[in-house]
Amino acid sequence: MLEKRIVVCLDVRDGRTTKGIRFENNVDVGDPVEMARQYYEEGIDELVFYDIMASAERRKIRIDTVRRVAEQVFIPFSVGGGISSREEMREVLLAGAEKVSVNSAAVRAPRIITDGASLYGSQCIVLGMDARRDPAMPSGYRVVIDGGRTPTDLDALAWARQAEELGAGEIVLNSIDADGTRGGYEIELTRVISEGVGVPVVASGGAGRPEHLLKVFREGRADAALIASMVHSGDFSIGGIKDYLRERGIPVRVT
Amino acid sequence: MANTIAVLDYGAGNLSSVQNVLRHFGAEFIVTSRPADVERSSALIFPGDGEAAASMGELRRTGLDEALRSFHASGRKILGICIGCQVIFSHSEERDTACLGLIPGEVKRFPRTQGLKVPHMGWNSVRFRFRHPVFEGVPQGSSFYFIHSYYPVPANVRHSAAETEYGETFASAVAARNMVAVQFHPEKSGPVGLRLISNFLSWDGYWDEDGAADDA
Repeated sequence: MLEKRIVVCLDVRDGRTTKGIRFENNVDVGDPVEMARQYYEEGIDELVFYDIMASAERRKIRIDTVRRVAEQVFIPFSVGGGISSREEMREVLLAGAEKVSVNSAAVRAPRIITDGASLYGSQCIVLGMDARRDPAMPSGYRVVIDGGRTPTDLDALAWARQAEELGAGEIVLNSIDADGTRGGYEIELTRVISEGVGVPVVASGGAGRPEHLLKVFREGRADAALIASMVHSGDFSIGGIKDYLRERGIPVRVT
Repeated sequence: MANTIAVLDYGAGNLSSVQNVLRHFGAEFIVTSRPADVERSSALIFPGDGEAAASMGELRRTGLDEALRSFHASGRKILGICIGCQVIFSHSEERDTACLGLIPGEVKRFPRTQGLKVPHMGWNSVRFRFRHPVFEGVPQGSSFYFIHSYYPVPANVRHSAAETEYGETFASAVAARNMVAVQFHPEKSGPVGLRLISNFLSWDGYWDEDGAADDA
């Protein structure tokens, strides 16, 4: 039976991770490669790196980071954040990432999804989508871009379906309303999108406790759940979260 | 014969993860699309993501199809991964493609039924049907990372070395004499995947499939 994936997200700025409190004593805080290796050893199923800040040297540093992670971490990982050209996709994939994710750039020019999928295969192309509750939209959710700052005219479900058609192989669905609250995923949004598309959906935004993952798998029908601060803070461990889910009948990978 | 592993490069996706694992084990390897390099090697890794028709087209164009056939016939060991576990069969449903025919059988697509998401993407458990040197020390039911829309159906059930459930039960690994091929990605499957690759590196390439069929 296909297992539910637990994905850890690392926010990287100029080659350094921006959150990582619990690592203070044992690894170089802020080194994404060290943090990735640690999570790998603890049994994480997948990693996501978001490059959250642009700088002149960003691309070079990013490629170097991806390469060093790929040398030590033998599970899939994806890279996103500001990727807007085929050339950037190629660099990241050749450096060893399994997938690249596109977000605002795909809203502005959806062709990047088609181009990426035809060059590298749909399995490499992830649509990152930020959505906000909005009763004016048919699905009840509006797509927002630029990290939530810019609203678009797109309905979340319609955009998810369009992206699937264009060739996206997976959707990482982030709720702007829930993001950073640690109060739980936006279940309704996750369910609407997950049931509305034929590709896997990774729920994101709001994870604070293992119960939140249980709920987003059971009720939100997510294929995977993205977590960040609940493990970066040291409040919960990967093993503890997996034990909790397994005891409640959710299939998760045992390592 | 050089004691080198040839990793086939025929335009089918990203080879960097396979290379990273081989480096991790300090294995001597070359990434190549030249039949002459294949001929000189002691083992072959046939990786790849992608599409059967394009992959077969590229193998024919480069002459790697014939190189693969004669390498296989020579008895040297081969590890197929993902698309390399598909085009070794006789035929694929993917764009109705005639394949290498090293193992008799078909490659079929997962049905789009009852909310079954295709591709099959993520970690899923693998049940080995018999003991094999390449699976030694990998616990029964271990999870491996999959990403594929098509799966192999060996004509002869004894070539099915492992099974996985996704909508239906399919052969997630096949073994035939000097060849092992896996539908999942051992290079992306954490410690159990590393173990499988390390087993392949130390395998002598000999396996008595008739004996194993009797065990199963």
